[in-house]
Amino acid sequence: MSKTKVSGLAPWEEPGSAAGRIGKGGVLALIALAVLLPLYTIVLTSLSSADTVNRAGGLVLVPDGITFDAYRQIFSDSVVSRAVLVSTGVTVAGTAVSLGVSVLGAYALSRPGTLFHRPILFCVLLMFVFFPGLIPTYLMVASLGLKDSYWSLILPSAVSAFNVVVLRAFFMNIPRELLDSARIDGAGEFRILWRIVLPLSKAVTAVIGLFYAVGYWNAWFNAMLFIDDTRKWPLALILRSYVVDSNPLPTATVGVNGFGHVAPPTLAIKMAIVAIAVLPALIIYPFVQRHFTKGVIIGAIKG
Amino acid sequence: MSADADTRSATEVRPGATQAGPAVGAQKDTRRDSFAARLRRDWPLLVMAMPMLVIVTAFWWVPALGNVIAFQDYNPFSGGILGSPIIGFTNFAQLFGDPQFIRAVVNTVGITAFQLVFYFPVPIALALLLNSVVSGRLRAFIQGVVYLPHFFSWVLVVAIFQQMFGGAGLIAQILRDHGHAGIDWMTNSDTFILLVTAETVWKDAGWGTIVFLAALSTIDPNLYEAAAVDGARRWRRMWHITLPGLRPVIVLLLILRLGDALNVGFEQFMLQRGAVGSKVSEVFDTFVYWSGLRTGDFGYGAAAGLFKGLVGLALILVANRVAHALGERGVYSRS
Repeated sequence: MSKTKVSGLAPWEEPGSAAGRIGKGGVLALIALAVLLPLYTIVLTSLSSADTVNRAGGLVLVPDGITFDAYRQIFSDSVVSRAVLVSTGVTVAGTAVSLGVSVLGAYALSRPGTLFHRPILFCVLLMFVFFPGLIPTYLMVASLGLKDSYWSLILPSAVSAFNVVVLRAFFMNIPRELLDSARIDGAGEFRILWRIVLPLSKAVTAVIGLFYAVGYWNAWFNAMLFIDDTRKWPLALILRSYVVDSNPLPTATVGVNGFGHVAPPTLAIKMAIVAIAVLPALIIYPFVQRHFTKGVIIGAIKG
Repeated sequence: MSADADTRSATEVRPGATQAGPAVGAQKDTRRDSFAARLRRDWPLLVMAMPMLVIVTAFWWVPALGNVIAFQDYNPFSGGILGSPIIGFTNFAQLFGDPQFIRAVVNTVGITAFQLVFYFPVPIALALLLNSVVSGRLRAFIQGVVYLPHFFSWVLVVAIFQQMFGGAGLIAQILRDHGHAGIDWMTNSDTFILLVTAETVWKDAGWGTIVFLAALSTIDPNLYEAAAVDGARRWRRMWHITLPGLRPVIVLLLILRLGDALNVGFEQFMLQRGAVGSKVSEVFDTFVYWSGLRTGDFGYGAAAGLFKGLVGLALILVANRVAHALGERGVYSRS
């Protein structure tokens, strides 16, 4: 009895064969490696000197001295540091706008039977089944005069129907009696939302916030469409230009050092940009991870 | 139609509350209240919904209606949306005769079908594997690891694959070190479909397990015990208990995927179109971008986009109907 408890198996469960367990362990190790190895070698390469990179003939697998040269170069250059600022700003402002609008909207939709409930819900749910198309959206943004404005990176993607529905489903599960009693005490809707509903929904709000934030941080296509001024480009677009397409930017000074002309970025610099782009997700991730299931499941069921 | 989805749920009509009673009772539903009374009661909610409605109107409704340019010889400089001449279905006729469009359709459908076979089952298998890991801590660790790539942008994923499988990537580098010829899968159009599927697996298969793991956790453990007592061993228990337990979720996701068949990942293809060429990488969305937006032929591109939107809409409705016919819950239901 105690033996089965140690291994975590139920008493009726037959222990797996040794071969089976080794096989399973091997597969799991491979899976973990497939995710972690690229991240490891990218970070390591970004921290290696040009010599080490040359000797390795590319990505570095075995550490041989750590140097922050690549990062120093990146941040001495206005293009990438600007892009980090732009991305940070757009992510913070965008997440605030999206979360605010979605929470308000979801709460407004959380009580069936209220005035215009159905038409409003219909508006939101339609977004699930039909995408109006790239070109009309582009023309709309252009005709609002938002081209080359940071708002063009936020407003068109500010409301995600999926996130609104997840929040709404969560709000609807809050016991009605709680809200009613607050109402008897004279609290208005805004007060109820702020004082009762939101504190009860911290976890789901955090997950939705993360979804929005990741979306803004990672977005590059809207910037490619709407932002012609390369000084306003977010990091993801710089990443695409530098790393995926290996283009030197016309205004870039990375790579100029020592050569006097613009050269394609070195591998260490490329990998440093990749590492910077990954970083925020890695930092926030552990805090929100345990709430994922809740948020996603509600969405999957209600969506 | 889909607005009916869950509005009829539990909290709605309460038979007892037909008359607006004292204060508390009035908060319970009554459709029979006058418009003015409901407005007086619900105006704060309308105010709250307002920002969302403004954004949805500006960036969904107006563009959705803006699709009329698909039926126009649209010129943004002379006339715009109101002044451009209506040309009926000319754009669409031209579209169906355009070999590049046909190619986009064929590629899109081909990639969807390929990934239905080679991507769709991966999260299910992974979830079963994770579920069979006895140690809770190990399972949490692996879960944490496999969810992670979902939060990387496509730019990052493509960059990472480039560094692994590209001509100057890690694999080519190791091969060359051992005297073999290098490889470059990033620019090989023959293996492109494998590459995009591998990228999709790497990025999203882990994340995709969440739904299945949740479904697995709702299966009554007593079933397993009873089956074990009856002599069913591991694989039989998986076949007769676990998989039937997953069935509703599998059907639901399959339907969602079919309804979404025309979306194969716009960014992923945009990013790699240059490297492998448009022959294998042109899909619906890239077609709209390259032959509508890039060339300034807005009406033509809008026609392609509208066609895709409408076919997608039809697919979702059909898929949902099929789900109901099969006795599954479907994407949205009427009860």
